[in-house]
Amino acid sequence: MTEIAPHLTEPAAAAQRPPALAIRGLVKRFGTKVAVDAINLDVPAGSFYGLVGPNGAGKTTTLSMATGLLRPDAGQVWVHGVEVWGRPLEAKRLMGLLPDGVRLFDRLTGEQLVTYAGLLRGMDKDTVAGRVADLLATLDLAKDAGTLVVDYSAGMTKKIALAAALIHAPRLLVLDEPFESVDPVSAANIRDILHGYVDSGGTVIVSSHVMDLVQRMCGHVAVIAGGNVLAAGTVEQVRGGLSLEDRFVELVGGRNQGTGLAWLRTS
Amino acid sequence: MVAHLLRLKLALLRNSLRRSPMQLIGLAIGALYGLGVLGMVLVGLAVLGTQGPGTIGVVIVLAGSALFLGWLIIPVVAAGLDMTLDPARFTTYSVPMTSLLAGLALSGFIGIPGAITLLASVGTAAAWWRQPVAAGAAVLCGALAALTCVVASRAMTAASASLASSRRFKDLSGVVLLVPLLFLGPIIAGVTAGVKDLQAYLPSLANTLSWTPLGAVWAVPAEVAADRWGLAGAKLAIALAATAALAWMWKACLAKALVTPAYAGNSGRSAGNMGFFRLFPPTPAGAVAARSLTYWLRDPRYSAGLVIAPLLPLVFVFAGSRTGGIGTLGLTLGLGGVLAAFLVVWSISSDISYDNTAFALHLAAGVSGTADRAGRAMAAACLALPLGLLYAVVGAGMAGTWALLPAVLGLTVGVVGSGLGLASVFSARFTMNAPLPGDSPLKSKPGNNFSAMLIQMAGFAGVGVLLLPEIVLAVVAMATRQPVFGWMSLTCGIVLGAVFVLAGIRIGARIYDRRAPELLLAVSADR
Repeated sequence: MTEIAPHLTEPAAAAQRPPALAIRGLVKRFGTKVAVDAINLDVPAGSFYGLVGPNGAGKTTTLSMATGLLRPDAGQVWVHGVEVWGRPLEAKRLMGLLPDGVRLFDRLTGEQLVTYAGLLRGMDKDTVAGRVADLLATLDLAKDAGTLVVDYSAGMTKKIALAAALIHAPRLLVLDEPFESVDPVSAANIRDILHGYVDSGGTVIVSSHVMDLVQRMCGHVAVIAGGNVLAAGTVEQVRGGLSLEDRFVELVGGRNQGTGLAWLRTS
Repeated sequence: MVAHLLRLKLALLRNSLRRSPMQLIGLAIGALYGLGVLGMVLVGLAVLGTQGPGTIGVVIVLAGSALFLGWLIIPVVAAGLDMTLDPARFTTYSVPMTSLLAGLALSGFIGIPGAITLLASVGTAAAWWRQPVAAGAAVLCGALAALTCVVASRAMTAASASLASSRRFKDLSGVVLLVPLLFLGPIIAGVTAGVKDLQAYLPSLANTLSWTPLGAVWAVPAEVAADRWGLAGAKLAIALAATAALAWMWKACLAKALVTPAYAGNSGRSAGNMGFFRLFPPTPAGAVAARSLTYWLRDPRYSAGLVIAPLLPLVFVFAGSRTGGIGTLGLTLGLGGVLAAFLVVWSISSDISYDNTAFALHLAAGVSGTADRAGRAMAAACLALPLGLLYAVVGAGMAGTWALLPAVLGLTVGVVGSGLGLASVFSARFTMNAPLPGDSPLKSKPGNNFSAMLIQMAGFAGVGVLLLPEIVLAVVAMATRQPVFGWMSLTCGIVLGAVFVLAGIRIGARIYDRRAPELLLAVSADR
């Protein structure tokens, strides 16, 4: 890992770099259902971190709380030592976010949407214009830049949302299901961009339920199920010789042990 | 299978009610309204029964044709009004076509419009209480007529589905529909004014209609009452043929739609056109303003309002032209302009509800409350101020009432300022169930608007209070014809408007900064 030490926000922590994301005792209840149950998690700066878990495990809820979109019932979150719910504006400057299942301002053209995201963050006009052109070209959206986002395909929509998350060159990138409905070529391009970003000192957190992808792409991984962290560490530590998928199933459980659907056999 | 579909529709209705008691209240109000209309129709029909059979026939044929026409037209222009049982969702289940058709047709009666139509149509028998045979015929024909209405609306929906899958058509049709609706009042007024000439014309119109699919079914009982069994049979045959033709058309369109997935093609357009983003300063507030203004023009939910607002003063002029002369024209236009400006500025009170979860971008980017509030207010002001001023000046110019112009201008400027201020606070505090992005502007989910209505009324009252000084001064100016009060109203409007808009943005920003995550959570529940 290249050690480009970013300037430290807390002088006291100068001896040791604060983690890119630190989560302590995060809790969220929806009615009587506990969606996130006192999660602790450290994402080291400069890591490519995978967050895996079955549907409804609390991944999106955790990430929403960690990025300042959803107020936690209890617990604290720090981004590079800045407390997200204490100093939200400062923390949000450090983060880029690609949320899942969230609409976009889709009556803007792709170019307008990314520009909008940049201007909202208070960036100056010329920087925004330059970066928008770069992002659109890299993500292969240049020829549809003037099309309304509402007319984009699902994969193009993901890519334009990613561009909006990258425009302010954040130090931490939080991507919720970034590869869903993205075609293989674009997915490979996005992976290249993300690897380049990590190599230059940035931190990426990706949530996914595609184990293969996480095993190949990420250096670290945390397994979340039922609102708890079941295992966390480097991918090697977590999978312990097994494939990540087998280890995941072992941790999470829930595999059917019976003979299955006997009548489904065709012969 | 038909019973399954009916149960599904009932279950969907029940579950949507379980989600919020407000929906239940709204549905109850809708049902009461429907029952009230039904009661009035039935009483009217019974009273009609005291007339001669000729008159009864004419009235029922005309009213029935109008009802049928409504069922034909509304689904086309208001695409996707009620798609609880959207045929497209049954694509993957191999439901036999006839069962699907029957189930969907019958499920059309579950719901206030369908149920009321059925009861009112069958209720036409009430008008024939003096001729039992005709009454019996009316019950059967009424049921057939109601079924035809539902089938017709389904057929039109299916037929326009391929057209409606194009976003542009959907956007445009929703807005265009509003224009005739808006002028409904003046049109009815015009028709009733000319009713003397019409009285001679109506019977022949009814006679013609009774030979067309629109009116045939409604004319059968009248022919039975007159013992013209041959004519009755002929008209019944026309009605049955019409129903059959519509059903066949529906089936054909549905069969095609089920194997052709909706696809809206688009050709790539490259970069370069930044629209309003070029015109506003490149700051967060300027960006919000540019985005909002883009939405005012591109999102039918906003542009519908933008189409209605400028037409309102004209509606007033139509309505007023009956009572007053040219003298009141200037004032009518001016005050209409004030109301139009108010409608535009007040719509930002539901801005965040209209954003829906797209609002997450503002939250993730850490937009300050001040920038968010100010940007949205700026966009609405860019539209409302010129609109109000234009009507005030044009009105004064046309009627030559220049002396009253300052008073009207005071009201206009005041209402824009106070309205924007209060709306900025309201939209940071309340969210409501607005039509989702991409939906028809007319679409409202069954009965969820009760709490929204209360909030809106509170807002209207609030703006009225804030505007009180300008209103009093303007009224005094108009009553006394002393120009000095007009100028005082204008001064008051400018000063108070500026104060209220700044205070509203400040208070709204403070609430926004505190509650932004809660706002996002509230709009996420509704998607």
